[in-house]
Amino acid sequence: MSQSLTNAQSATVHKPGSQVMVDMLLEHNVDTMFGYLGGVVLPFFDKLYDAPINFIIPRHEQGGCHMADAYARATGKVGVVVATSGPGATNLTTGLATAMMDSTPLVAISGQVRTDLIGNDAFQEADTTGITRPITKHNVIVKNPNELAQAFREAFYIAQTGRPGPVLIDVPVDMQIAQCPIPPKEKIELPGFRVRHQGHARQIGTAVKAINEAKRPVLYVGGGVIISGAGQALRDFAKKANIPVTMTLMALGAYDQTRPESLDMLGMHGSAYANYAVQNCDLLISVGARFDDRVTGALTNFAPHARVVHIDLDPSSISKNVNVDIPVVGDARQVLEAMANEVEYRPRKDWFEQIASWKARHPFQYDRQTDVIKPQSVIEELHRQTGGEALICTGVGQHQMWAAQFYKYHRPRQFITSGGLGTMGFGLPAAIGAKLACPDQTVIDIDGDSSFNMTLTELSTAVMYELPIKVCLLNNGFMGMVRQWQELFYGRRYSKSSLKNPDFARLAEAFGAVGISVHKKEQVPAAIEQMLSETRPVVADFHVDPEENVWPMVPAGKSLHEMDGLDIFEMA
Amino acid sequence: MKHILSALVLNKPGVLAHVAGMFAARAFNIDSLAVGRTDDPSLSRITIVVIGDDRVVEQVRKQLAKIVAVVKVQDFIGQDVVARDLMLIGVTCVPEKRPEMMALIEMFNGKVVDIAQKYVMVEIAGPESKIEAFIDTCRPYGIKSMVRTGTVAMARRARSKTEL
Repeated sequence: MSQSLTNAQSATVHKPGSQVMVDMLLEHNVDTMFGYLGGVVLPFFDKLYDAPINFIIPRHEQGGCHMADAYARATGKVGVVVATSGPGATNLTTGLATAMMDSTPLVAISGQVRTDLIGNDAFQEADTTGITRPITKHNVIVKNPNELAQAFREAFYIAQTGRPGPVLIDVPVDMQIAQCPIPPKEKIELPGFRVRHQGHARQIGTAVKAINEAKRPVLYVGGGVIISGAGQALRDFAKKANIPVTMTLMALGAYDQTRPESLDMLGMHGSAYANYAVQNCDLLISVGARFDDRVTGALTNFAPHARVVHIDLDPSSISKNVNVDIPVVGDARQVLEAMANEVEYRPRKDWFEQIASWKARHPFQYDRQTDVIKPQSVIEELHRQTGGEALICTGVGQHQMWAAQFYKYHRPRQFITSGGLGTMGFGLPAAIGAKLACPDQTVIDIDGDSSFNMTLTELSTAVMYELPIKVCLLNNGFMGMVRQWQELFYGRRYSKSSLKNPDFARLAEAFGAVGISVHKKEQVPAAIEQMLSETRPVVADFHVDPEENVWPMVPAGKSLHEMDGLDIFEMA
Repeated sequence: MKHILSALVLNKPGVLAHVAGMFAARAFNIDSLAVGRTDDPSLSRITIVVIGDDRVVEQVRKQLAKIVAVVKVQDFIGQDVVARDLMLIGVTCVPEKRPEMMALIEMFNGKVVDIAQKYVMVEIAGPESKIEAFIDTCRPYGIKSMVRTGTVAMARRARSKTEL
């Protein structure tokens, strides 16, 4: 045996696997994590008893996974969640798929039955790695005590390197009991995992030339800008090159929406001015976005006059949906900074005048005269009273679109929503995770009644940990977005899309939270004022117009400029 | 268009399932797939034949490369490659037909690997077209059973000028 090997062995500490797991979490600076107990994770939880980690127990593993996800989105750190084998692990799946679609860095730990029982249909056994393979960036089952520590180090590395995503480690209970080595930490080398951060200089040069030549360019930015911390780089670049910016749902906050160059959100329920700008631009500069079908509408006629520059860290995003003329594989921040150095200012007076006229003609609009509570008005009032500073989480549906349209965001990580998977029930657990991450911020879950119904058991978690989150419930008694589609495309046959709701305010009180019921338009400002001033978790239940629709809308299969509902907006 | 992709992957459990699952999830069609260890026991090579236009196959290549356990992916399109399938085929062959059958087998560079009273099993390797031709040739005699590997392939080294 060589001398160096002997030295390496003597430097290696052995501990029970459960302790190694805790040590690995601490090695990666985990101070907050989420999870639920169960038989095969008891050794690990025993070691957590003494660990300096703020541990949050949700009421359901799905909630725990969304909390860890939102914690990661609010901070940029890796979120950590643990669940037991079998049903614990399967309950994580919705949360993992949500994180996968929105590129959130997560490490999920699942317990597993003893290695000698695997494959025998043991109690609470499920093929967790098999089930989660397509909804994780990477997963691994540890069957050898020598591989436990490295599995954790690689999981944290993979989760946050390159395009982030969830990584699952499946740990059989006997691995938690076995003596496992902790080898000295070394640089992680994964032969199949290489990330190109710096864009190719020639491609950047080609992109800059196209940008300098463009008369009607648009920046179309996605969640990648927030993930890479490119908010400032985007502002600098857009300012220097003088280009308007439209954001996907995932990117809201990447660019200050109070600026005149902001075109706000584009896509199916995006602003008319953003959609017109995209359809009329001669150069579309996409940064950290993936040309989702909710953004592009009919692909054949998307940005028909434009050459397309696509900056993305993930090569598989490029030319997946839309043929790209100038691809740049690289990190959004690094590429934007490099381009900002070379790009030249152009006045583009005609283009900005055209945009200003679209903005003046087609703002987001709704009927402000009616006597019922319009959901949009609640969000506008919320924006006014919070000064646009609150951290907003949402569920999925109409309320999510209104939260995107009527609250104006100005900083990255201010808006947390399930964009890709569209997970109803994301809002409340997300608000809990975000509040833990940002205790000094006002955290509001703008939710719908149907979304809220799915995970409202987590109110109990908010009360237990004294997290003063605010649920702003836009209660229309429907699965609102489904009802809207049934109204528009199924002849108002509201098949199974309404629910009998509980009295949410009384339910909140039963949980130990504050409940507020609002039925009249004139009560809205005072209710919001009360909601914001409470020091306990609050549910403010706004009984809004049951049949209000989200406008504008690009119907499925139509092109972006073919928006319905614009006539409602025509300014007299 | 038929593309042969060659992926070097970590020789770990679940990797083949990941690759095959990705094809199914993204609605890519696999024409054939062959897996085996390489000279480095920590690595396996998966050879996948995919039919699709260039854009689809480019997306397949990128999605493969994205899998953490996939080390390297090559698309052999446009390259001079040696591509081979291997087949075992059991054919009805009464004793009086044996000379005729042996001549056919020889013609195809095949090899008899089992023989019974009214039956031969033949091993044959070669490009896919040759395998297909041999199957057609055997059909009139009666095919009892057959099994074939997917295509395996390797690019030829570029020849030096003196060789040309």
